[in-house]
Amino acid sequence: MRKKFMGFALALGMALSSGMVSANSGSLYDQLGGKESIRTVMDDFVVRVKADPRIGDQFQHTDANRLASQLTDQVCEATGGPCKYVGLDMKAAHAGMTITKAHFNALVEVLVASMNAKGVPFDLQTDILALLAPMHRDVITVR
Amino acid sequence: MKQLGTSFKPIAAGIFLMTGLLSAPAFAATGKLVLTGGVSTIEGAAGGGLTPWAVIGTQATENEWGIAANITQARTDDYTVDTQGLTFAWDERIEFSLGSQTLDTGITGIALGVPGLDLEQTIVGVKYRLFGEAVLDADTWLPQVSVGLQHKRLDAAGLEPTLNALGAEDSGTDAYISATKLFLKQGVLVNGTLRATKANQNGFLGFGSRLGGDDTDYELMPEFSVAKLLKDNLAIGAEYRFMPNKLEAAGRAAGLGNGLAADDWMDVFVAWAPTKNVSLTAAYVDLGRIVPGTTNGRDQTGFYLSAQFAF
Repeated sequence: MRKKFMGFALALGMALSSGMVSANSGSLYDQLGGKESIRTVMDDFVVRVKADPRIGDQFQHTDANRLASQLTDQVCEATGGPCKYVGLDMKAAHAGMTITKAHFNALVEVLVASMNAKGVPFDLQTDILALLAPMHRDVITVR
Repeated sequence: MKQLGTSFKPIAAGIFLMTGLLSAPAFAATGKLVLTGGVSTIEGAAGGGLTPWAVIGTQATENEWGIAANITQARTDDYTVDTQGLTFAWDERIEFSLGSQTLDTGITGIALGVPGLDLEQTIVGVKYRLFGEAVLDADTWLPQVSVGLQHKRLDAAGLEPTLNALGAEDSGTDAYISATKLFLKQGVLVNGTLRATKANQNGFLGFGSRLGGDDTDYELMPEFSVAKLLKDNLAIGAEYRFMPNKLEAAGRAAGLGNGLAADDWMDVFVAWAPTKNVSLTAAYVDLGRIVPGTTNGRDQTGFYLSAQFAF
């Protein structure tokens, strides 16, 4: 039976190494299709987020155009594109708001829904989420 | 302990129905990202199918209560195992679980003169997250780490005299530590669990043995899981769980040769969440030899199906 473990370990090693090594070339920004493609996702995202029953209220008075523009700059810069996000840092931007981890997760879900709707491949989605997810430390205000 | 095992079932069924019918706004209405609470293990704790993970189950995230219920059936060449489980969780910090398992002994029951024998086991578990965030801390290698206890009580019914003769206890407590990490960029989840246990076949054949030399010590058994997210609601993976083999010597002393030998368990699974609150898992399992003396020494391979409802 321990022989089977060797088989398991081998399969695991192969799965991990294939998952860890990215076969893609070029920056994530380029793979996403540049700033215009990111903006398309963010325009969809702000509509969805305002309509979301869990977190929509918090965006009620947010200027949709400005939010989409800021998010686009932020993702553009984070993915290696030629943009510069000039807004408040994440901690300052969310100070004074009541944001729980459930709110944060809901926001991630809405973003995934928008990326699905705009045809962003799943492996690029996880690339983006891996860049954005650690922001939970600054965005969540209620622990 | 028979009472606990039998009275638990209607309660489990009742709560199971309730969770299916309620949208449960008092619980975690917002909650976790899909599949990140793991699925339900056969022992009730959140994890893969066979191995507990460091994740805290249900849909509850920080400052929320959550509840999950699951039903599972595993069918191998000679046995059928049915499991019902309930999981309660608070704050992504602590998880309580209750599992009720029934093993239909099939051909082995007939061979031992107790046809139709069901072995019933009740498992009460608790899991506590020590540190780490398996999913969102994508910029570090630090895993989420939890510790847990599982107290198991076996009602062996007609097999009890046999287990007594072998010197196997009818209850035992496993302790484990689990580390889980989702490598988000790669969409790969890895879990390692180290379990201290004296359970024979997960407890279905009691705990430890005394015949043929006292073998009642805890053994440290590693368990591994790896899963790959294919989509935001679909994952495939594999698990390997090392198992103690305490009854083989007792069986030999009883003149059964290697008729009570045990092997490691493994499975290959696919988990799918058609909605945020429902996950379905299908797996191919290989549980190795289970009482090979009555089953031609063959490995128990087969299929495993599980449904989990989480709020």
